[in-house]
Amino acid sequence: MNPKLTQKIASLVLGSAVVITLSALVFIIFYILYHGLPLVSLEFLTNPIREMGKSGGIFPTIVSTCLLAIISIFIAAPLGIGTAVFLTEYTRENVITKIIRFTTDCLAGIPSIIFGLFGFVFFVIYLGLGWSILSGSLTLAFMMLPTIIRTSEEAIRAVPKSYQEVTYGLGGSKWQSITQIILPKAMPGILTGIILSVGRAVSETAALIFTAGISLHTPVSIFSSGRSMAVHFYTIAREGISMPMAFATAAVLIITVLMINIVSYFLMNRFLRRYA
Amino acid sequence: MRFSWKPILLVFLFFLFFYFSFTSRPKLPVRLAGSTAFQPFAEILAETYMAKYPETIIDVQGGGSAVGIMASQQGIVDIGMADMLSLPKDVDHLERVIVARDGIAVIVNRDNKMEDISFETLGKIFSGDIKKWDDLGIKSSAIRVISREDGSGTRKSFDQLVLGKKKLTRDAMFQDSNGTIRESVKNDPNAIGYISIGYLTEDVKPLKIDGYEATNENVINESYKIARPVFLILKSNTSKEARKFLDYMLSSEGQKNIADEGLIPVK
Amino acid sequence: MNEIAEKIIEKFLIMIAFSTVAVLFLITFFIFKEGIPFLAEYGLFDFLSGTIWLPGENNYGILPMIAGSICVTIGALVVGVPLGVGTAIFLVEFTNKRVRNIVKPMIELLAGIPSVVYGFIGIMVLAPWVRVHLGGSGLSIFTASIVLGIMILPTVISITMDSLSALSPAYKEGSIALGATNWQTVVMVLLPAAKSGILAGIILGMGRAIGETMAVIMIAGNALRIPSSIFDSVRTMTSNIALEMGYALGTHRAALFANAVILFVFIMVLNSIAIIITKKRHK
Repeated sequence: MNPKLTQKIASLVLGSAVVITLSALVFIIFYILYHGLPLVSLEFLTNPIREMGKSGGIFPTIVSTCLLAIISIFIAAPLGIGTAVFLTEYTRENVITKIIRFTTDCLAGIPSIIFGLFGFVFFVIYLGLGWSILSGSLTLAFMMLPTIIRTSEEAIRAVPKSYQEVTYGLGGSKWQSITQIILPKAMPGILTGIILSVGRAVSETAALIFTAGISLHTPVSIFSSGRSMAVHFYTIAREGISMPMAFATAAVLIITVLMINIVSYFLMNRFLRRYA
Repeated sequence: MRFSWKPILLVFLFFLFFYFSFTSRPKLPVRLAGSTAFQPFAEILAETYMAKYPETIIDVQGGGSAVGIMASQQGIVDIGMADMLSLPKDVDHLERVIVARDGIAVIVNRDNKMEDISFETLGKIFSGDIKKWDDLGIKSSAIRVISREDGSGTRKSFDQLVLGKKKLTRDAMFQDSNGTIRESVKNDPNAIGYISIGYLTEDVKPLKIDGYEATNENVINESYKIARPVFLILKSNTSKEARKFLDYMLSSEGQKNIADEGLIPVK
Repeated sequence: MNEIAEKIIEKFLIMIAFSTVAVLFLITFFIFKEGIPFLAEYGLFDFLSGTIWLPGENNYGILPMIAGSICVTIGALVVGVPLGVGTAIFLVEFTNKRVRNIVKPMIELLAGIPSVVYGFIGIMVLAPWVRVHLGGSGLSIFTASIVLGIMILPTVISITMDSLSALSPAYKEGSIALGATNWQTVVMVLLPAAKSGILAGIILGMGRAIGETMAVIMIAGNALRIPSSIFDSVRTMTSNIALEMGYALGTHRAALFANAVILFVFIMVLNSIAIIITKKRHK
């Protein structure tokens, strides 16, 4: 066949692949927002859950989600950034780094249900923490580690060595060069990783049902159980408790995810523009 | 501009301090978990109780009767809820009490023409001996059996009462709560499933068994035979708070609450 | 800052760095510790080949679930790989940087959507459509494949795009110089050259599909038998664990851990293959 003809056909076929992919995205977002956004009001966001989700709002879930995200970042960020600093600044590529990288990659591939299983048996039962925000956050933190390590490492590597050398030239120590020059400069990149991990915490369901539980009340401490937005959405959608409520919750979820993606996108852009 | 850690750290610490100091001392709530059939009623009872005694917090979760049994046995919750004919040996050593009775309704899709079914035929459908709606003269398609998951008290009770020695058909699909079964049957014209009578809504059609409707009256007068008690299992060393709530559920006020909402009180 | 402080910091950081190793070790240890004794007693072969899963009667065969996981994953690949690789090729070879900069973030957005939302749309939109037009209950391998296929798109697309972009421009330039069209270049030069990278992307997508839980529970029907058609309902290994974990005790719980062990091994093998393939490329 005429190569020019195959070229045209190929672009058509491939182009339609792109169209299908993007349509899926657009459809999902519009479908949820169309059915759900009208029901999202200030009351919805600040009211407690009533009748197991049939009426009222989703305030408890918002609090639970925020607590879970904040506490898990609080645990995972120092560990992850510290690991990244170690890998980039304190060693050369050797067996140790290979082992660390390998385990990081492995962790990244483990399905969330296995984290949930582990969290349930280890945190909830074995350590006696019960279904609580704490159990949930610890589990989430473990899940976030690989992402934070990877993005932090990339961010640190992107900072030109010259910056560091300036510090040494001025008589500073390694630690000073790290905390006062490199980390601040790598911060947008590192933050991107953290924000993406927050996105993961917001979306996560399987692991949280078994660790943070599905309590309908606003958690009063990290030992309380609390359902995140995603868990609440899952529960009311599947049990047909209230489709309007389900759509509204999904709308809030989608908007949250959208905002997270937009913020991390702009952060990444600002970062790349500095060093590209 | 020099980027500094301090402001972020300060804001964060302030947030934590603010949060923990403004919430009451981490008092552990009274925790219940288990039967999804009883869960909504436990929730309503909890709401009423908490309105009366605002310092107590009661947490109700679902998960299925087996969760109630497991969680009370392992001490994860104060009270486990289980709706089954009899409790397994695992919890022989734990205190238990019956808080209500509940019937199980067999449901089909609203568009399904069937109204009545015999106990025997029901057993044959769920064991897979009858596979098509044709054999019942309804329409021409396969019967889709939807069952509860293995850990459900409703499932155990249903299997014991309806299937007896037979096994559930291998073609059965599974959902893991009353609500999800109701949803599935509501959406599928060929489905048949079972849910607690307390969960019946107009979305689905309950079948009459041997001529008797699935109502609380018929369960009480024992003409409708598919029913089981709801047990509340106390973990060892239950807290005082938990006992107070338990007493409330068994009190005349609590029992009236249960009756009003659609379950059968035990007293 | 003196030498000693620096040394202390270094040691401290080493400990932190090993946290990932510790975490992985902890998780692996726990999962295996709970699951292996069961396998030893019940028998690995019986476990893997048993077709009946009935914990009440001490039957713990996970073959239906293995079949379910495999079918749903293959289905996801059938949907996701052509769409994903096709999209990637188009974006890298047939458009310019501007279009890429608009489309790529949109695709990343697809990755951020929670899996429960995907499952929800599967139940509300896809399943009824399938039920009405194609028969069956709508909750089946077919529906799950479509939804999972879309879920793995971001992975497949971004890795394929990276693989194609990483190729030395010489490949393309040489081919065009010889008079080939864009498409001929892609098929005969670029794809073969980027082959290992693309394959790694596909394998990672596979890992993602096998590990998916929530969406699958919602739309695959959870039946306990080996499927005989793509419109049959299935249960995957992940769904099995999620459905019964909340209440399983004793042997039942150990069996679920054993299930997790098998799943774990599956995924580790897949991941290792992907890593080996990418390493080979870099040589």
